[in-house]
Amino acid sequence: MSRLPPRVPLIRSQHVLAIGDLSPTEITALLDLALTYVNVNRQAEKASDILKGQTQVNLFFEASTRTQSSFEIAGKRLGADVMNMAVSTSSISKGETVLDTAMTINAMHPDFLVVRHQSSGAVELLAQKVSCHVINAGDGQHEHPTQGLLDALTIRSHFGRLEGLTVAICGDVLHSRVARSNIHLLTKMGARVRVVAPSTLLPSGIGNFGTEVFTSMDEGIAGADVVMMLRLQLERMSGAFVPSQREYYRFHGLTEEKLKRAKPGALVMHPGPMNRGIEIDSSVADGAQSVIREQVEMGVAVRMAVLDALSRNRRAGGVA
Amino acid sequence: MTPNRSSRRAWLNADIVAPAQGLSGTGGIVIEDGWILAVGPKVTRDTVGAGTDIRDARGLVLMPGLIDARVFTGEPGSEYRETLATASEAAAAGGVTTMIVMPNTEPVMDEAAIVDYVMRRARDTAAVRVAPMAAITKGCRGELMCEVGLLKEAGAVAITDGNRAVAHANLFRRALTYARDFNMLVVQHVEEPTLASGVMNAGEMAARLGLAGIPAMAEVIMLERDLRLVEMTGARYHAAQISCAASVAVMRAAKARGLPVSCGVSVHHLVLNENDIGAYRTFFKLSPPLRGEADRLALVEGLKDGTIDNIVSSHDPQSADTKRLPFAEAAFGVVGLETMLSAALSLHHNDGVALARLVEAMSHRPAQLLGLETGRLAPGAPADFTLVDINRSWTVTDQTLRSRSKNSPFERRTLEGRAVETVVAGRSVFTLSSQE
Repeated sequence: MSRLPPRVPLIRSQHVLAIGDLSPTEITALLDLALTYVNVNRQAEKASDILKGQTQVNLFFEASTRTQSSFEIAGKRLGADVMNMAVSTSSISKGETVLDTAMTINAMHPDFLVVRHQSSGAVELLAQKVSCHVINAGDGQHEHPTQGLLDALTIRSHFGRLEGLTVAICGDVLHSRVARSNIHLLTKMGARVRVVAPSTLLPSGIGNFGTEVFTSMDEGIAGADVVMMLRLQLERMSGAFVPSQREYYRFHGLTEEKLKRAKPGALVMHPGPMNRGIEIDSSVADGAQSVIREQVEMGVAVRMAVLDALSRNRRAGGVA
Repeated sequence: MTPNRSSRRAWLNADIVAPAQGLSGTGGIVIEDGWILAVGPKVTRDTVGAGTDIRDARGLVLMPGLIDARVFTGEPGSEYRETLATASEAAAAGGVTTMIVMPNTEPVMDEAAIVDYVMRRARDTAAVRVAPMAAITKGCRGELMCEVGLLKEAGAVAITDGNRAVAHANLFRRALTYARDFNMLVVQHVEEPTLASGVMNAGEMAARLGLAGIPAMAEVIMLERDLRLVEMTGARYHAAQISCAASVAVMRAAKARGLPVSCGVSVHHLVLNENDIGAYRTFFKLSPPLRGEADRLALVEGLKDGTIDNIVSSHDPQSADTKRLPFAEAAFGVVGLETMLSAALSLHHNDGVALARLVEAMSHRPAQLLGLETGRLAPGAPADFTLVDINRSWTVTDQTLRSRSKNSPFERRTLEGRAVETVVAGRSVFTLSSQE
């Protein structure tokens, strides 16, 4: 079994709500710790007892398959008792407010609350009212910090660094929390970030995020080290934001032809779930440059690192 | 056809009016294989070369072929009113060498395949050039955006919902934002639909006739809203037609602020006013409606000083079943391809508008806005031009109008000035017979 590093505090905060709250040093520490969990997870014996006796509640107000299962596996591998609360089976559907639900769960003394909510800022609101650690598993169009970390870990494991790389984030930036977390993280770590999308899918003011803005895919991905595609929800491709799926595919879908404009061997990423044949061709998604499955693997390791790091704060005398 | 005859042709001793190229005064033009070889004062009998087929154009004005940026035809869908072929015959007779056709057909030109169909039909049947504007929204229903990129690739030169305004502000904002990515001109029918529920200009005339009015503010409010959206999005915007003094002032200010905006006016709004409606004459029922004389004069001023960019015919063929009705029930629209030039020349004869300004507003300026290579007289440009006898008077009649529909506001009126020869891609597509 690969040795785990000594349990020194890594981050200051009691919660992980946004990449915006983390310093470059904290990000590096989390990525380093996650890398050790990548190695642990590749062994036959993956379990540890770091979180033994602790309770992790996954509170998902918005449906999710991969993020929720990733957090569940992460918690279980660290020895925590994990409970999933899906909105459809909770009292929310009976009219209870977000805060009432949170207070109810808080009264049961969980140690970790992993929350996804469809409204930006909802997880932060909830974090103000509970006494346990809160991890943002995606809030509206604001942030998805563990996705940002897992993407960074994927990139770093290929290039050995983040600094100086050119990363093109392509697609529905306007509605994407993944894009925002990635932009914050990568710019903090010294990467050159480009956003590439039709103007209708770019938030106004995106140019002030330290990114370069492109509306042409050919120009936007030219010479990039990493091409990160975003999911575009189908209902946004019928005339409200983008005229049609075929037009989106024609001008903004990642094809082998378009990918040739990026650096040779550039990484292709996607947070999933993918719309094959719309934002990304199957031949690219499944091609040699794709690290999409690796992102899923990194996801579990990053979430273990986040849980581990937060639990250290508690034992080091952090707020409980 | 004589096989040995040279394809090189020249017109000499014409009075050239091509202000965008700085040409005025006596000169000639030489063309070959559909392209202009040389044009200007130096083109004479001595310089055109042996074997050139020469015509004497003494007494005629030589101008770039006219570009009418707002033409409704009935093809596809209402061919009984007008086909691309019949409209193009009317265009040629009116000195118009390019028709920009509107998407309000059946089906609506909201798909690349329909744009492609119209362009193929035009290529096979029309006497003049045809370029389509495609729809902004699917079905011109004002709800969902069309495929701007694919439409542009298919050949659409701009997007517009034609005779319908895109009223939904956020949708229009997104359409402008999206169109900007493709550098596509967005053309709006500036009329707030809920305010524009009447049938003629609001005011004393409408009150006396007992007809519901369309206030000028229906146009101004839409125009001002759109200009704010242009400010937000940076898109290229064109108001298809303005009709009142307030709109001229609004456009003048917007241009002074440096916005990427332009506007057109129909020739009818420049030469007619609401009094022409008289006893419920439906051939004067237009959208936007004819306004008062003060508005007309302001439009003429706006044209003179360049606030108004281009003149259109807004050619809209309507048949007896849609026009021989009580005024309120009749359709909007008049035919105008064949009379646009003659009517515009009356501004030169009567209102002191320079001929060069009129030519500019019907050729070079619309070409610039739409990215066309025509609309100019220069070596290397397509040989599209018109020879005009600006003093020749003629009377508009049902029998002589080439359009399949006869709803002309100039019916039985005598106009001064007429195209005598129209050349498209080096081919003479219209030559006035001595009987006309």
